[in-house]
Amino acid sequence: MCLAAPGRVIAIAGNEATVDYGGVRTSARLDALGEPVAVGDYVLVHTGFAIRRLSPEDGEETLRLFDELLASLQEVARPPRAGDVGEGR
Amino acid sequence: MTRPFAFGDPERARALADAILLLAPAQRVKIVHVCGTHEVTIAQHGLRRLLPERVEILEGPGCPVCVTPTRDIDLAVRLAEAGAILCTFGDMTRVPGTRRTLEDARSTGADVRTVLSASEAVAISRKTDRDVVFFAVGFETTAPMTAAILLDRPPPNLSVLVSHKLIPPAMAALLGLPGAEVSGYIAPGHVSTVIGTRPYEALSSEHRMPVVVGGFEPLDVLYAIALVLRQIRDRSPRVENAYPRAVTEEGNRRAQAMMAEVFEVSDVAWRGIGTIPASGLALRERFGAFDARRRFPAEGVEGEETIPGCRCSEVLTARAVPADCPLFATRCTPLTPVGPCMVGGEGACSIWFRYGGRPRL
Repeated sequence: MCLAAPGRVIAIAGNEATVDYGGVRTSARLDALGEPVAVGDYVLVHTGFAIRRLSPEDGEETLRLFDELLASLQEVARPPRAGDVGEGR
Repeated sequence: MTRPFAFGDPERARALADAILLLAPAQRVKIVHVCGTHEVTIAQHGLRRLLPERVEILEGPGCPVCVTPTRDIDLAVRLAEAGAILCTFGDMTRVPGTRRTLEDARSTGADVRTVLSASEAVAISRKTDRDVVFFAVGFETTAPMTAAILLDRPPPNLSVLVSHKLIPPAMAALLGLPGAEVSGYIAPGHVSTVIGTRPYEALSSEHRMPVVVGGFEPLDVLYAIALVLRQIRDRSPRVENAYPRAVTEEGNRRAQAMMAEVFEVSDVAWRGIGTIPASGLALRERFGAFDARRRFPAEGVEGEETIPGCRCSEVLTARAVPADCPLFATRCTPLTPVGPCMVGGEGACSIWFRYGGRPRL
């Protein structure tokens, strides 16, 4: 029920944005958002309403957080390295 | 197609699983999340397999469809039978009331419509003179949308049967139940997008309870589990935000203001739990004309809660897993649901059934 999907804003008309989810497009109302949004931005959409603007930097920040935790626990865990894919544990 | 906010790469998943093994204390730990979307991520990606046996993760009252009291379903059925167009979100139509489901009512001629957004109920109302009732369920993520349509000049033939509920009071109430034994909470990400992280502070400090707000990608969930375990290890219970790309301390203030304008906080009944003080929303007097509860009398609505043999009430309070219930996957399946947890796409039983019964695998 609390599902919300990130999509990219491709058009804005008044209170409504057209949001693209990798090919699927729907409209999303902007009146519950409370922050400015522009074409090209990503928004988190829940039951037809945008609830949060996301920036691509937020995604990078997320990975940085994961890696920070991993780096603090070097004894066992370590940040991923190239060539790890497919290795058994 | 690029998905800039998809976090599931196997290398980091493996590293986070190692981190969890390293951080897990020697004793048994029970982490409770309160969101069906978290349970879907956990079951779909087999994340329980990555946890040591002593670290359990259970879904609490995280499915709004499942916790909607029978009395509200019975009232919705009654209104549909009486000739209103009854609009609601998909799973609500299949939840058993005392006598029947909304789907049953539809099968005998009632006009029950599934909508994906509150706005669709408004659009339906504008095309008819008949009474249209929007049966509004959902937590703080969804309540602002009901507020939005009521603040946007709704048509007079529309009314709303409000059954919105609030998550932090339910998290607090759960801790008082015998056998709850919660070691830490993963708080729901999108509820928190709206309310922010502050509403969990009292709960965390009063109960010395780790509360980590988590996102919904597989790595988000593993990361949140790791942070709960680190708080337990360090004996430093607090509110921590593991989903900062979508959640801030203050939350979405516009959405909060809309909710506050339209609703007041009230004591409401949770199916399987009972009445929890200040855990739900009711329409303010000013919006009384749009309140289905005021517009249509509810005398004689049954509201029978007990279903013989069904353990939904324990599943909803994270005191049992679906596989503990003798009806699970035998008499109770998604096609023949006995209790509400098998109906809602976010109910633990329905999710476990979908992903293979007992998904430790």
